[in-house]
Amino acid sequence: MFGLLVLFFFSYRFLTFKILVVVKFESQSFASPLLWANDISCSKSTRISSNSLAALCSIHRAKMDTNLVEMFRAGLNWVTMALDAPSARVVLFGVRIQWHIFVEVLLGFVIVILLSQKSYKPPKRPLTEQEIDELCDEWVPEPLIPPITEDMMHEPPVLESAAGPHTTVNGKDVVNFASANYLGLIGHQKLLESCTSALEKYGVGSCGPRGFYGTIDVHLDCETRISKFLSTPDTILYSYGLSTMFSTIPCFCKKGDIIVADEGVHWGIQNGLQLSRSTIVYFKHNDMDSLRSTLEKIMTKNKRSKNLRRYIVAEAVYQNSGQIAPLDEIVKLKEKYKFRVILDESNSFGVLGRSGRGLAEHHGVPIEKIDVVTAAMGHALATEGGFCTGNARIIDYQRLSSSGYVFSASLPPYLASAAITAIDVIDQNPELLVKMKHNIALLWKGLKDIKGMSLASDPESPIVFLKLEKSSGSTKEDLLLLEKMADRALKEDSLLVVSSKKSFLDKCRLPVGIKLLVSAGHSESDLVKVSESLKRLASELLL
Amino acid sequence: MITIPYLTAVSTYFSYGLLFAFGQLRDYSRLIFDWCSTNNLHGYAPICLAHEDFYIRRLYHRIQDCFNRPISSAPDSWVDVIERYSNDNNKTLKRTTKSTRCLNLGSYNYLGFGSFDEYCTPRVIESLKKFSASTCSSRVDAGTTSVHAELEECVAKYVGKPAAIVTGMGFATNSAIIPVLIGKGGLIISDSLNHTSIVNGARGSGATIRVFQHNTPAHLERVLKEQIAEGQPRTHRPWKKIIVVVEGIYSMEGEICQLPEIVSVCKKYKAYVYLDEAHSIGAIGKTGRGVCELLGVDTADVDIMMGTFTKSFGSCGGYIAGSKELIQYLKYHCPAHLYATSISTPSAQQIISAIKVILGEDGSNRGAQKLARIRENSNFFRAELQKMGFEVLGDNDSPVMPIMLYNPAKIPAFSRECLRENVAVVVVGFPATPLLLARARICISASHSREDLIKALKVISKAGDLTGIKYFPAAPKKQEEEKDRIKLD
Repeated sequence: MFGLLVLFFFSYRFLTFKILVVVKFESQSFASPLLWANDISCSKSTRISSNSLAALCSIHRAKMDTNLVEMFRAGLNWVTMALDAPSARVVLFGVRIQWHIFVEVLLGFVIVILLSQKSYKPPKRPLTEQEIDELCDEWVPEPLIPPITEDMMHEPPVLESAAGPHTTVNGKDVVNFASANYLGLIGHQKLLESCTSALEKYGVGSCGPRGFYGTIDVHLDCETRISKFLSTPDTILYSYGLSTMFSTIPCFCKKGDIIVADEGVHWGIQNGLQLSRSTIVYFKHNDMDSLRSTLEKIMTKNKRSKNLRRYIVAEAVYQNSGQIAPLDEIVKLKEKYKFRVILDESNSFGVLGRSGRGLAEHHGVPIEKIDVVTAAMGHALATEGGFCTGNARIIDYQRLSSSGYVFSASLPPYLASAAITAIDVIDQNPELLVKMKHNIALLWKGLKDIKGMSLASDPESPIVFLKLEKSSGSTKEDLLLLEKMADRALKEDSLLVVSSKKSFLDKCRLPVGIKLLVSAGHSESDLVKVSESLKRLASELLL
Repeated sequence: MITIPYLTAVSTYFSYGLLFAFGQLRDYSRLIFDWCSTNNLHGYAPICLAHEDFYIRRLYHRIQDCFNRPISSAPDSWVDVIERYSNDNNKTLKRTTKSTRCLNLGSYNYLGFGSFDEYCTPRVIESLKKFSASTCSSRVDAGTTSVHAELEECVAKYVGKPAAIVTGMGFATNSAIIPVLIGKGGLIISDSLNHTSIVNGARGSGATIRVFQHNTPAHLERVLKEQIAEGQPRTHRPWKKIIVVVEGIYSMEGEICQLPEIVSVCKKYKAYVYLDEAHSIGAIGKTGRGVCELLGVDTADVDIMMGTFTKSFGSCGGYIAGSKELIQYLKYHCPAHLYATSISTPSAQQIISAIKVILGEDGSNRGAQKLARIRENSNFFRAELQKMGFEVLGDNDSPVMPIMLYNPAKIPAFSRECLRENVAVVVVGFPATPLLLARARICISASHSREDLIKALKVISKAGDLTGIKYFPAAPKKQEEEKDRIKLD
């Protein structure tokens, strides 16, 4: 092998030496015919003026042509012989080396040189230090925030007592339709007692994330209680309702996975979807045909979808519209197309179903069919925080991967103990649920003939949503109008009702309206009052 | 920067390699089992991919008992740690009814407001009775009580800014407010060791993110210069705005931010400063006003001041303090203000009461004592640990002090040894720290007495000897110190 290499090297050296010779010869051979031609013309016309030169040339052309061709041939022959002479007896690998081999080697050599050179690039001229400094000086950043406009100055009402069905604003007793206190548990004696004893025992905060001595026995008890209530294998507590969704979704949905989500989901879910970096497809709000066609499209269009994780994300009761998701349909579709379901039960936990066990009970669907259930506890449970429940693997995985769980201080223990008590109260007092459902029906009856607005929510939803019948075309103006209506309701009729609020970050495009949150604590006269007042205000402001 | 001894680095890599190899071996044998049994996925892709939870199954489960230890008392200087047992090699842990009283070196209870407090707790209970535990409503609807209004005023005054906005969770404060402040076309320059909540917020904002070397103002300047000159990627348009995000105390390093230098760099390049004081507010500074007070930075130079109430104030929630206009804008657009349940009223009351105690407005000097105590305790403990030869990270005055462990086997060993002697410490490994830099973290509280600390030092020293984590030679003991020690004992 080595010998071969050496042989090759020497033959290469030999060839390159020859090439140098060839280059010399060739330059002579190309230049000589021209030189001779020049000689001829010069000898004939040395003493003739330049303008008669052309005439002489035409006379001698025929003679010169034959002369030139012959001379060229002779020259070529001479060059060929001269080139072949040194290698006339050289035989390399059984091939006699002829002169054209030298030319070919030369060409090859040129190719190698050309290839080894870098391709042309415009010369890089990096910014000089001075130019960078100038750019830095010239750069003018935008102000941190855009200028404050008039509509941003709206101040929310300040409550002077607990946010129960009746509360105090500016020293006046008002009926509260703005708190998601669906079962009227705010101010419940048992909750207050459990909170007080927890505060005395544990203090307020937990002073640490769950991993680092922030797990207090009430947290574990609360998780067990929720699992028992919903009959799911395991539960994980989060310290804030909003963070539940935006931590859970990115846990299971990663880049490349497919999420089909309702277009009406609230900001917490939207943020979770964004953080997951998955492929997100929205379907029309609460429209099962749209969901079906979306799923169908995904499964038929892309064959790779079969190997990806696929999820349907929905809310049980939509915070933005009061609609209830048809879970039975969703489960059918999910099973057909093999999707997993992530369901947010924030506004349905403790509210829907015969015993308040949420949407699954409401539709008679076994809870195991829903893969991941999340909920905020700042609604029917009248406490704070959130939870996610499902099978043990799903929950365990979150305990080390969920950002809002691992990297945040745990729920204050008194709120966890309030949640336990609240679930006990729901279990022991089924009449609360009956009362709430009765109240929803009453409010619906009262608002049926409202003018200028229409009921957009589900008749069984605790969120009664009134949307504008005629939108002005601009969400901003609609919102201002609705805000004015809510303000007048508070001022004139002592009713705390609220309009939709829209952050520019919220991508939900559902119609805005007035949201009434019904509670079991509202009396019949409260409901009559609110429907009469809204009817009056709607006819004054909207017609 | 942390420099790892060569031998330690090699042995750490070797340990992880071994753990990884055994884990893979177990996974493969598992695969054969699964292959024999029927597939139960029915056409779904697995919800946790094998490589995603490999770390949990094969590494974390082995030492699971060192984390998530439940307690059955307030997170005070001493806690009741509930004993757990496992029947399946640590895969699941079951609670027993027994508990042991341990010295707490893990909780962020810097000022000792984490447990029953003679001034705060009665007021908290009072507000609970008046306002109940929750408002069940967002701040803009019916979630603003008079306590919330008072709290925002109180926080703004305490922090030294014209206005403040309070949210119900520290994590959500960062992740919901950064997207309001900056979006596409903006640039966030973040310290490389910033908290996950900041990373979440930055990712959610859609702005471009660049990282500068941890706590290095010179590198920050280089990045700023480069980025302003370059402009936005591809289009080279100038950036709309640049926000530099730093933390006051880095919770995993115990280091205090080099704020004066960073602020002056930001001023020079017209970038906005976002300071996250999750660990520093209340804990450092003469009157507990955080890193600005400690390092003498004018709060007017910090555009956005963020902090949490979970640590020093023993409550929950977070705040943003800034100019009046900024807060007004946030109140109109921040999703955590518009869509999330407002902070629980008793928690809000706890913060107000704690601030009053710190400022001495309760009519006692307990606040000043607490602040003096935490500084004294931290500096004493840090100095002693360093004398013993431990590799302790962080700056003086910082109540957070990580002790480097490096080897994965030393994580459970150190934790279990300390727990055996009734000292509860926090150990941290990958993914919260880089793979090589596993550490134990000690958080000092004002509620620790000198005896507590001396006991803790003894136990830690013993455990340190046993696990071989005294990477530095011990300082020679001076005669006076010996005498002091005897006196204290």
